[in-house]
Amino acid sequence: MKGSNLGEFEELVLLTIAALMDEAYSVAICDELSRHTERSVKLGVVHAVLNRLEEKGLVKSQLGEATKTRGGKRKRFYELTMQGKEALIRAKSMRDQLWNMIPSLIWKNL
Amino acid sequence: MKEQRQHHPPSWAQRFIEWYCKPGLVEDLIGDLNEYFERNVQTIGPRRAKLIYVIDAFKFLRSYTVRKPILVNFFINRIMIGSYIKTSSRNLMRNKLFSSINIIGLAISMSVGLLLIAFVLDMRSYDRFNRNGKRIYRITNIATFKGEQGGKYATTSIKTGKLIREKIKGIEEVAIMRSNFSQDAQVGDNILPIKGFWAEPSLFRIFTFPMLEGNPATALKDPYSIVLTETAARKLFGSQDALGRMIRFDTLNYQVTGVMKDVPFFSHISFEALVSLSTAEQLNRNDKNFEEWTNMWSNFVYLLPSENADMASIRSQLNAIAKEENLAEKDTKIQLGLLPLYNIVVGENLRQSEGGPGSLGPHMSPVVLWILGGLAFIVILSACFNYTNLSIARAMRRLKEIGLRKAIGAGKSQVRQQFLVEAIMISMIALLLSFFLFLVLRPQLINLAPEMQRTVKLELTPAMVVSFIGFSVTVGVIAGFMPAIFFSKVSAINALRNVSSVKAFRHVTLRRALVVIQYTATLIFITTTAVGYVQYKNILSFDLGFDTENILNIYMEGNKPDVLLNELREMPQVTALSRSFIVTGVGNYWGGNMKYKDSHDSALVMTNHVDENYLPLHGYKLVAGGNFISRPATAEAVSEVIVNEQVLKRFNIGSGNPRKAIGEQIILNGRKLTIVGVMQDFHYGKIDNLIGPVAFTFWTQEDGAIINAKIQSDDMPATLARIESAWKKIDPVHPFNAEFYDKAIEDAYSEFSTMIKIIGFLSLLAISIASMGLFGMVVFTTETRLKEISIRKVMGASFGNLVYLLGRNFIVLLSISAFIALPVTYLFFENVVLTNFPYHTPVQVTELFAGLLAVLLIAIIMIGSQTMKAARSNPVEVLKSE
Repeated sequence: MKGSNLGEFEELVLLTIAALMDEAYSVAICDELSRHTERSVKLGVVHAVLNRLEEKGLVKSQLGEATKTRGGKRKRFYELTMQGKEALIRAKSMRDQLWNMIPSLIWKNL
Repeated sequence: MKEQRQHHPPSWAQRFIEWYCKPGLVEDLIGDLNEYFERNVQTIGPRRAKLIYVIDAFKFLRSYTVRKPILVNFFINRIMIGSYIKTSSRNLMRNKLFSSINIIGLAISMSVGLLLIAFVLDMRSYDRFNRNGKRIYRITNIATFKGEQGGKYATTSIKTGKLIREKIKGIEEVAIMRSNFSQDAQVGDNILPIKGFWAEPSLFRIFTFPMLEGNPATALKDPYSIVLTETAARKLFGSQDALGRMIRFDTLNYQVTGVMKDVPFFSHISFEALVSLSTAEQLNRNDKNFEEWTNMWSNFVYLLPSENADMASIRSQLNAIAKEENLAEKDTKIQLGLLPLYNIVVGENLRQSEGGPGSLGPHMSPVVLWILGGLAFIVILSACFNYTNLSIARAMRRLKEIGLRKAIGAGKSQVRQQFLVEAIMISMIALLLSFFLFLVLRPQLINLAPEMQRTVKLELTPAMVVSFIGFSVTVGVIAGFMPAIFFSKVSAINALRNVSSVKAFRHVTLRRALVVIQYTATLIFITTTAVGYVQYKNILSFDLGFDTENILNIYMEGNKPDVLLNELREMPQVTALSRSFIVTGVGNYWGGNMKYKDSHDSALVMTNHVDENYLPLHGYKLVAGGNFISRPATAEAVSEVIVNEQVLKRFNIGSGNPRKAIGEQIILNGRKLTIVGVMQDFHYGKIDNLIGPVAFTFWTQEDGAIINAKIQSDDMPATLARIESAWKKIDPVHPFNAEFYDKAIEDAYSEFSTMIKIIGFLSLLAISIASMGLFGMVVFTTETRLKEISIRKVMGASFGNLVYLLGRNFIVLLSISAFIALPVTYLFFENVVLTNFPYHTPVQVTELFAGLLAVLLIAIIMIGSQTMKAARSNPVEVLKSE
């Protein structure tokens, strides 16, 4: 049970990977997250999470082509696996269910 | 873009990540950090970008990034070591000259290291035989007299021992040991001098001195009991049983209550016998001073705290005792300290009271060990430099091999390992050789000084063998380090393309630097030896202010001198005779307190008691007055004194005119004496002391005596034998103890001669190692430039031109070394060493340059012979083989 549940940050990273499509590598993910969450996301944290997600089998990765930037080092691009996608959908549907249970009256004063 | 390029992330941080990071993660991790770095350079500048890079490099050191140590690697390496050894030994065989230069150089230098290791291990093995050794402490006294720092003493008072026993909690045993029991033992007709200590029974419970016969608990309890060592018992009683027998010392009878095993060689206390401390208490019962708190000159107190004792509490209890006792003292304040047993032999210099017991055992201050270690290290480093130099210089020949290894998958670390293994292999072969050298040099070192024989054995122990091997591996690693780094950096493509010679020569500066360092060290060594030797000779031939030539000083060992004097007078070879109390000018001192008119103004003056013949025999020059007039028979009757000019100066006697001082009265040690003569200043002490005030008074029968005999003989050994046989008639017990004055002076400065011998030996090694290295380099350079030389020759270069071309570089390097080494040595002597000698002669240019000349000569011969060989070679022979 524990392994399949997504943490909040993990979910965000997964979503970002999905959103970035072919450009999903660590620094881009980091930048994108920073932009959307409006707080500075540390590369080390993203790295660790990516590593953990890969261990869980939610994402897979491969090295890209070498370029002149980055000191000639290749980028590691991430994409969602089927399990990853399922996990995201499951998380979303769970939230949707909960959202649906809330009567709209509550939001009146916002 | 261009600007970005100029800034690179710190490479060491990158290597650090490469080192720890899993191979799967490392590339994109570094890539990410690089990307951030580039971005940071733009936004916040290169400096902070680098800082952040370094911080990040450490931040990524996490459990998931760190690589696991892989066992497989280890196995591969083990398999490869076989291959390394094979290629290395082939390489060794192929280059016999270079291999032998390396091996011999390393062996020579390592033999010094081995000697030093053996020496240090011996010094460190002192007192380890004691089962409780770790817990044993000796009390140290830190004394202050009249507010003046008196220093740290190894000795303390008997009272200290007793107070510790009474008052301090947490102590298992305390033992007081008093030095020096030294008397002639008489058993029947057999008389032998015996040396030992007064001690308490508890000494046997603290130290591990096994008792063969007798009860250790009671053997030293009653007065007039004595415990002998096995050897002493055999000397006195032969094969008979010693236990319970009586020994007569002087007029008193002592009973042998125990026979113990001989004291181990590596013990800081050594003795032939122990006499019960209660005996000393009996003998001194009328001496009120005996158990005084301030009578701290000849007693040692050893402690054995109980196991798990709180040392801090014991220390504070000791301080409390000292504080209480110091209250009663006006002038003397004493602090008590604890010195662990294992720090006695190798440790801080402690003072011994003057005229009191001699040093208890050997002692070596760690500073001396460090200096010796440093010198040995320089010599070893020099040999390592040879290895580095020759390996890198000959790199070209091995580049193919490395290229191939790399091409079939050897990593940097494996190439590094290969060259380290090779270096270690060579150092192991060198170890074998140096071990034989060690065996040859060992007796030389032990016989270097009499103290050495008493201090070390340098016998092989398992610990020593292990340290030898460890040492050899270390030397190998140091020697192989640079070549390993160098070769591991070679790229496979370059190596195989065979254009790499260019790259190999990039390290020319490094090699030159190494040669310069090597020669600088060598030159410093050799000039130090030369300068030191000249200074030492100057000291020996220094004009002390009196004659010492052909004067034999005969120590009377407590006998009255008159009988021997009569015997000596009859010998025609003895031209003059005198008696004195001590021998001066060799570091013996006897002081007295002198006052003139002002009774509050007193000064310490050095004294000697001499008879009327002493001054003429030694050729002392008198500036006023004359020799002693009266011939007093007892010390009570002495009324005259002869002083030196310094005394007049100190007390302003006669206001600058020595003649006026004659007839003046001074008070020496409470006795009123009349000045009858004034001597020219002379060196009473060693020549590292300034000349101070000296006073001679008349020698009387109450003083101990030394006979000074001036001898004029063509056959010295025969004359000495005659004198010795005369001695035998007078005193059959004590061996004949006589020494020529010049020899005594030589002995007094023996530490210098030992030092010069050691440094001279090291400089000999240094110069031979450096020369071998230079030789190797010259051979190599001429070999590689043989074609060039031939072409030059064909084009018309003269022989001289070629020698100049080849030798120029080396001569330049040697000159740089000389420019560094000579001033350094000169300044070292003038500002550090010779400041301790107020009467030294300045360092001369000749001895400074003598060493340089010798080194240069050797170097030139080597360079010359090789370059001439190359220059003479027939160009046709060389050029036709392509």
